[in-house]
Amino acid sequence: MKALFYGLWPVCRKEFTHISRDPMTLFFALAIPLLQMFLLGYAVDTNIRQIPTVVLDESRTQESRQFLDKMAASDVFRITRVVDSNDELYGEMRAAKARVGIKIPYDYARRLQNNTTATVLVLVDGSDSSLAGQAVNTSTGVAMQLSLSQLLGSETLPIEVRPSVLYNPATRSANFFVPGLIAVLLQMMVILMIALSLVRERERGTLEQLTMTPVAPLGLMVGKMIPYGVLAFGELCVILTIMRVVFLVPIHGNVFLLLAMALPFLLTVMGVGLLISTRAHTQAEAFQLAMGTVLPSVFLSGYIFLLETMPPFFRGVSRLIPTTYFIRILRGIILRGAGFMDLWINALVLTVMGCLAIVLAAWQFVKQNRV
Amino acid sequence: MNAQANLTEVPLISPQHVNSPVITADGLTIRFGTFTAVDHVSFEVGKGELFGFLGPNGSGKTTIIKTLCGLLAPTEGTGTILGMDIRKQAAEIKRHVGYMSQKFGLYEDLTVSENLGFYAGVYGIKGEAAMRRRKEIMALTGLEPYLNRRVGALSGGWKQRLALGCAIIHSPEVVFLDEPTAGIDPVARRSLWDLFFQLSGQGVTFFVTTHYMDEAERCGRVGYIYMSKLVALGSIPELQRLPAANPEGTSRVQIETENASKILGPLREMEGVREATIFGRSIHALIETDKLDAIQRRFPEAKIEKIVPSLEDVFVTLTYGIMKASQ
Repeated sequence: MKALFYGLWPVCRKEFTHISRDPMTLFFALAIPLLQMFLLGYAVDTNIRQIPTVVLDESRTQESRQFLDKMAASDVFRITRVVDSNDELYGEMRAAKARVGIKIPYDYARRLQNNTTATVLVLVDGSDSSLAGQAVNTSTGVAMQLSLSQLLGSETLPIEVRPSVLYNPATRSANFFVPGLIAVLLQMMVILMIALSLVRERERGTLEQLTMTPVAPLGLMVGKMIPYGVLAFGELCVILTIMRVVFLVPIHGNVFLLLAMALPFLLTVMGVGLLISTRAHTQAEAFQLAMGTVLPSVFLSGYIFLLETMPPFFRGVSRLIPTTYFIRILRGIILRGAGFMDLWINALVLTVMGCLAIVLAAWQFVKQNRV
Repeated sequence: MNAQANLTEVPLISPQHVNSPVITADGLTIRFGTFTAVDHVSFEVGKGELFGFLGPNGSGKTTIIKTLCGLLAPTEGTGTILGMDIRKQAAEIKRHVGYMSQKFGLYEDLTVSENLGFYAGVYGIKGEAAMRRRKEIMALTGLEPYLNRRVGALSGGWKQRLALGCAIIHSPEVVFLDEPTAGIDPVARRSLWDLFFQLSGQGVTFFVTTHYMDEAERCGRVGYIYMSKLVALGSIPELQRLPAANPEGTSRVQIETENASKILGPLREMEGVREATIFGRSIHALIETDKLDAIQRRFPEAKIEKIVPSLEDVFVTLTYGIMKASQ
């Protein structure tokens, strides 16, 4: 056992010295994730509000104005311009100055009074599907509400839905995104630091020297993982604090459980970093490979898009991505107050993945350094 | 016919046996797929010897070192270091062997002291033993005043001394030096060689690869590796007397004349001139002995005298011979 990890402590100590000698790298490694967190945490908001809307009101009646007021009151639409012709209406849409166009025909009020169906044309820019969906739903809802009050007069509604949103009652996007962001940022930072640290040794020839010493591959790798693991753990604590204090995302579960379950995730991403380092010959190559892991972990981990609505193939792919499991842990503990019994399987999967990655990296390392 | 098959037609020196060998290689062959990097190489190196391994880049020098250190398993053949089998006792061998490459293997952002400390740790030398060893290295290399300086700020020569210090921190009995003085100035080079001699005098065995002739000339014995094969092996005088380097019926001469470069062209054109090259202000040539008079008549002002071939002459003649045989 000792022989398997031979050289671990000297390597670990040396790595800490490297880190302390290069404060700029340390600063960027720690500060850039924070900067990204501020940018993304504030910018990403999936709640659709204030869609720029252009209006052509041919009816110009009290009824048509009532309809438009209801639309504007929903907060989904923001009427940016009122136009006088069809050409202008479509022109605004084409130029993307408005995403939604509402046309109320001249006979709107008359039809309403005659109890024939009055129509309203709602044009929706379909290039953003979630925006289009929201626009269609809201406008249909407004029409439905107006229709009902027209029919029922002062009578009460026969059925009413009382939605109760659990876990994130205000449906704030930050609550959903910031926990996921933690996983993505940590992953990027750790993979990059670990991979660069090993590839730097290869570039400078110190790795060649090390292969001639009794240092065992696992001793070298684990010795490098400890300092960067400690750094990443510190960064996690800072990020969680910022999430709580700046983005006001409450942590419903146990913070210590969260920190403990972050360890298997760190293990896995460090393993990925090591694997990258066995493939890359230069720091530039390592950088590119590390960046290559970002896209799948953003799009296929449930960070942005719900896994449940993905095609089965991609749901399968998402199971291979470590971030998927850590995002489940983060959201589970932070948003839903989940406990160990709800989440242990995720931590287990991460632990297994991490050990596999590290052993595979060590094996690759031994194979390569023979030549 | 390929070149490799024909190499055997060139007369070789048999693997000289030495008393109490520290390094042995017997029919060592290493193939990567279809490429043969090392082809049936056999030699022995005795205790305290400074053994030189000369050959062009890519001739298999580094591969042999890696194999002897147990990093690469030979495809064929056997080898031992200090009596340990290179196939089975790689881990044990590493503890007794030092290695220094032209890339230094030093951490430039760490201080001299930290580099020494790291390698001491890696070899498991701790506490008092580490302190004692560090003092010995300081005495040997003279690095004391630079202990707290970052390696990046040292000159090439000092870096090399530190690299040697790190390579011998665990008091190895055998030290492999892979092109140890590539790219450093002559003064630093000489003082580094003085260190090698000093250590070799204490019984440390050195295996040095190089492509500098003058460096090879400092070694007690030299092996010449060409196209993956060991084509010559021996002490400098032995190599100079090598039949393959002194083909029958030829003489090695030095031609001194007013303007050597002017007659080099015409000389090379003449019948019986096998090799001719400028050496300082004169020409070194390999000439068929019965043509010497004709040459003297052609260049009457030139002073022609027979000389012993330099190591470079030996290897060039050997290489030409091999190239000719493989054509």
